[in-house]
Amino acid sequence: MKKELTLFDNPRNVKRLLIVFYISLGGLLLIDPFIHKHSEFQWEAMPGFFAAYGFFSCVLLIFIAKFLRRLVKQDEQYYENGQ
Amino acid sequence: MDAPLLFTGFPPALIFIAGGLMVPLFKGRLKSAFMLMLPIWAFVVMVQLPEGQHWVMKFADLDLIPGRVDRLSRVFGYIFTLVSLIAVIFSLNVRDDLQYTAGFVYAGGALGVTLAGDVFTLYIFWEVMAVASTFLILARRTRSARAAAFRYILVHILGGLCLLAGIVLFVHKTGGTAFGLMELKGVDAYLIFIGIAVNAAIPPLHPWLSDAYPEATVAGAVFLSAFTTKSAVYLMARTFAGTELLIYLGALMTAVPIFYAVLENDIRRVLAYSLINQVGFMMCGIGIGTQLAVNGVVSHAFCHILYKALLFMAAGSVLHVTGRIRCTDLGGLYKTMPLTCLFCMIGAASISAFPFFSGFVSKSMIVSAAAHEKLAVVWLLLQFASAGVFHHAGIKVPYFMFFGHDSGIRAKEPPLNMLIAMALAAFICIFLGVYPEPLYRILPYAVVYVPYTGAHVVGQLQLLMFGALAFCLLILSGYYPAEIRAVNLDADWFYRKGARAFYRFVDGTLNGLNRFCENLIARRLPEAAGRFTENASARMVMILVGAVQKMWGVTADRRSQVEENIQAVFSIGMIPLGISVAATVMILCVLFFIG
Repeated sequence: MKKELTLFDNPRNVKRLLIVFYISLGGLLLIDPFIHKHSEFQWEAMPGFFAAYGFFSCVLLIFIAKFLRRLVKQDEQYYENGQ
Repeated sequence: MDAPLLFTGFPPALIFIAGGLMVPLFKGRLKSAFMLMLPIWAFVVMVQLPEGQHWVMKFADLDLIPGRVDRLSRVFGYIFTLVSLIAVIFSLNVRDDLQYTAGFVYAGGALGVTLAGDVFTLYIFWEVMAVASTFLILARRTRSARAAAFRYILVHILGGLCLLAGIVLFVHKTGGTAFGLMELKGVDAYLIFIGIAVNAAIPPLHPWLSDAYPEATVAGAVFLSAFTTKSAVYLMARTFAGTELLIYLGALMTAVPIFYAVLENDIRRVLAYSLINQVGFMMCGIGIGTQLAVNGVVSHAFCHILYKALLFMAAGSVLHVTGRIRCTDLGGLYKTMPLTCLFCMIGAASISAFPFFSGFVSKSMIVSAAAHEKLAVVWLLLQFASAGVFHHAGIKVPYFMFFGHDSGIRAKEPPLNMLIAMALAAFICIFLGVYPEPLYRILPYAVVYVPYTGAHVVGQLQLLMFGALAFCLLILSGYYPAEIRAVNLDADWFYRKGARAFYRFVDGTLNGLNRFCENLIARRLPEAAGRFTENASARMVMILVGAVQKMWGVTADRRSQVEENIQAVFSIGMIPLGISVAATVMILCVLFFIG
């Protein structure tokens, strides 16, 4: 048996990864105002527009999905039953 | 033509279909070599065929054009043969001729559709695709796969019939079989549109895809992910480019399936929903119909086929080695399957359109085309869907399979051929992301688009990374919807439950009517007639005598006594029949002599 990778078993590695992730988020926001924009829509030019839009899109997605689950969730045997 | 006949003499569809039917004749390494040769041969034909119409035939006064080659059909010919090669490599360890033959015939059907220059050739290959692809689901040989395949073929027969009806009306109207750009006007155009829309999985005609693809075999799903929807994309781009309705259908199509993808537990079903979402981008681009948009559609179809195949291969590999595919059963597989994990993440980055991965250079063209046309709401929806894609296909798929909670499964990497196929697809995903020029060169229109601008890269990275932040925070806070074993009702409910209700209704009404009639006519009526005729003469006499007695005021006692007497006389056959017969004969004689 080959030896296993245990990279993310160590909480320190996960923490490091998250720190790199947060730093890159900050970096993306910091360089935004210095980028030349050629926008078709006004809002595109706003600094951080895409960051906010991406974040809230995903939150909204989960919010609606959780609501949707209440409507559509059925038992795994749903279609097999009732025969 | 300089090319030897061996290469350009055969239509690529024929190479695939005839070759596929011959696969069972070979064994061992020869079989593998033969199967690898077929897509390469077809690819060479696609490269060498000059633009124009080939292999034109006359059939019952109709022109059949099985080889229309132009810039649009050529790109699809390239990608269909390329992905066939990858899928064949991926499936080389499979010991099941049914899958090979079905896969080749199916891919041949898609090539036939792509090169068809007339509606009849188109229809024939369209149906070849539907039938052959069904076997890729059936080949799983489970009860649920058989049921899903049955539903799949029924939906496609219905879609095919719509297309056929449209084609018949179209030929009747135009008097010819050649087809090209159409206007969505008239019954024929609408029927053709619906026929294509079924295969393109435009909601609400989509659930066959998320129902059937996850039930297919490991290799079958890779074939399936490439051909049906993308040949429909090709055909839609060929016939209905610039149809406004498609902009809105496409935009909705990008958004709706992602909610389901978030909730879904079966990884291949998540991928199926994200497939619908990606085709939504293409439909939207076809609807916009500008040169930039159509270029975007074609390049996105090209890239999408590769990264979607890659994702289905990665998920298929996990299914192959672990026998499991549900999020709730998987997790932590990166420990023993790092290569599969890496390939999956490359596919995930490509579908999410990360800069330097293939999705970025293609999807951005469609989104930019929407912006150029000032379609603000559509643009916002597409961006929402882009963030959503990253969320479910980009993060969820690798996260729940390879990371997340440790399921304790310690599976080995899949066989070498599977790894090679994934590596090849992953390489092309990165290559096109970094250096899209070769792809841009073969698009239908000249490309002036520059994907790598500072604003675009930073904007896209922000959209994706902050979407990832939302995922992180929601997972950490525990608000993220937990993966649970469940069925999520989709539009297929209408025909899965609806068909059952229809069956019950028909059973209840028609069979009920049948039973009622049988009871009444076949049983009750003869019984009653039998009872009546059994003693008919006595009854008739009793009725007559009874009526006369009533008129004369005879008492009830006396009446019942007379009835008994009559019964008794009739039951032993002692009726004074002779008197009446003699009287009748006498009357007849008198009449004879008078006459």
